[in-house]
Amino acid sequence: MVRLLSDWLTLTPKYEWVAYVAVGLFQAAILLALVMTAVAVATWAERKIAGRIQDRLGPTRVGGRFGWLQPVADGLKLLTKEDLIPASADSILFRLAPYLSFAPVFAVFLALPFSEGWVAHRLNTAAFFILAVLGLEVFGIILGGYASGSKWALLGAMREAAQVVSYEVPLAFSAMLPVVLAGTLDLVAIGEAQKGWFWNWFVFHDPFTFIAFWIYVTCAVAGTNRAPFDLAEAESELVAGFHTEYSGFRWSVFYMGEYAAMAAVSGLGVVLFLGGWNGPIPLADWLGLTPEAGAIAGFVGQLVGSINFVLKCIIGVVFMISLRWTLPRPRIDQVMSMCWKYCFPLVTIAFLGATLWTLFLPDGLLNWGHPKAATREASVVACFAEGQAP
Amino acid sequence: MMGFDAMAIFFWLFAVVACAGALIVVVSRNIVRAAVGLIVSLFGVALLFFLAGAEFLGAMQLMIYVGGTVVLLAFGVMLTARTLFLRMSTTADQWLVAILLALPLTVILIQAALSYSPFHGGQPSIERTAEKSSATSVRPITITELGMALLGFRENGQNSEAVTLFRGNQGYLLPFELISVHLLVVLIGAAYLARRGVPKTMASSDAASVSDLGPGSTD
Repeated sequence: MVRLLSDWLTLTPKYEWVAYVAVGLFQAAILLALVMTAVAVATWAERKIAGRIQDRLGPTRVGGRFGWLQPVADGLKLLTKEDLIPASADSILFRLAPYLSFAPVFAVFLALPFSEGWVAHRLNTAAFFILAVLGLEVFGIILGGYASGSKWALLGAMREAAQVVSYEVPLAFSAMLPVVLAGTLDLVAIGEAQKGWFWNWFVFHDPFTFIAFWIYVTCAVAGTNRAPFDLAEAESELVAGFHTEYSGFRWSVFYMGEYAAMAAVSGLGVVLFLGGWNGPIPLADWLGLTPEAGAIAGFVGQLVGSINFVLKCIIGVVFMISLRWTLPRPRIDQVMSMCWKYCFPLVTIAFLGATLWTLFLPDGLLNWGHPKAATREASVVACFAEGQAP
Repeated sequence: MMGFDAMAIFFWLFAVVACAGALIVVVSRNIVRAAVGLIVSLFGVALLFFLAGAEFLGAMQLMIYVGGTVVLLAFGVMLTARTLFLRMSTTADQWLVAILLALPLTVILIQAALSYSPFHGGQPSIERTAEKSSATSVRPITITELGMALLGFRENGQNSEAVTLFRGNQGYLLPFELISVHLLVVLIGAAYLARRGVPKTMASSDAASVSDLGPGSTD
């Protein structure tokens, strides 16, 4: 893309940075629009699904039949609300906190591949980068709770800190299983390794990855501070937890961060376990929609892939929403013991098991003639041989 | 004008971010504001790593320092502070110790910077590696090579002439194992220290460590 633009503008190598900056801004704008749309649709879906689960209709009036303009109305309401900063708050940190919690979640989408080759920046260590950046979201919440100058907010922030720091460990561990199976941290390569029928998806690779997938789901829900793990904003005990003192626009930035984080962990889970942009049936391959078949066919193939990806992400987000309205909230000590006594030992066993499985059955049980694993073994062996030769 | 180099502009930008964060840490009286300054500073350093193409190192910086250490620091402050917005004042002897520690480090760093040959009118190394990689399409060091180096096989060290001079170029297996053992010792020590004061009957219920997180946790 940079090359295209700089050729088109006939830039000398010295001024190629103009193309880099332009392309960077363009990609950031697309991603921001995408994240905002995802947030708006997710808030609407949350209200509709909550309504259905509680035997109500949910929003019905704004924008016609299904209340689909409700997010716009919500946004307008939040923007025009009175903006309060408590007298006892640390005003600089209070203003800073919402943005600190939203910015890292947005950065996740920079490294997330939406389809074959559709990634803003292909990182060699994308899976690790996303895990690292997702972990930063918690600091905004801690800061918001601390800077509010309120005891409810402080208690919520402390719970959040303890919970997220704990759940990060099994989350990262379960995300390491697909990395081991694909032999790379590059999310594009991990997605490519799951090409073909749906049993090539890493969730169906072996029993251990299946367990690890559900641990990933649990820890992702806990890590994004969603119910039933929303101890940081437990309204039955802590008023509203860390955002008790927030109102109007700043509160909505926290909210956007939460919904964007839902989309982000769904996206990461889809790429790691659920085949990424590969559909359950290799339809695009049958129709010849591959990059080798020409530019237009390749583009259509990528488009189909991104639709696959977005559909799977929507399923993930809807699952998280219905979880919120179905399950009761555990106590904080139950949350912590669930992490350290169940999730962590389970994922450690699953990690060991999956590693042994790839050692003895590198192609999986259901995987006939898939060449990926065999070539990887060969390359690792070659690498070792090369390293040993002086 | 030495050429309008985007790499240099971004380098200066991120370097200023890192230094500004460090200044906030030193100047601020409020300990949580100082922690935010520390985050800004460490984030600036991570951005410098990303700029230099060291993605793994940058992500590591974010994960360990920003996501781990500073969050735990803020958590510790919240858990232990008796009053909200704890203020610290630095006494003269603390300044003295700080200067005694910082001065030698500054001297060493300035000496190291001055001894770097491109500093005296040579080409900046980032520009040079960029030229080299575009000319001969040298791959940047990937995570695979890093992992192999930690297992004792250094690909880039093999074909350089340095390998005949220094046998340590083989890899980093020994430092890696030493650090692992060190961390294990630290973990066992921390667990021992934390458990020592707890009576046997209480030690069996693990809820003790989290039971003071709120009114809902009366187990």
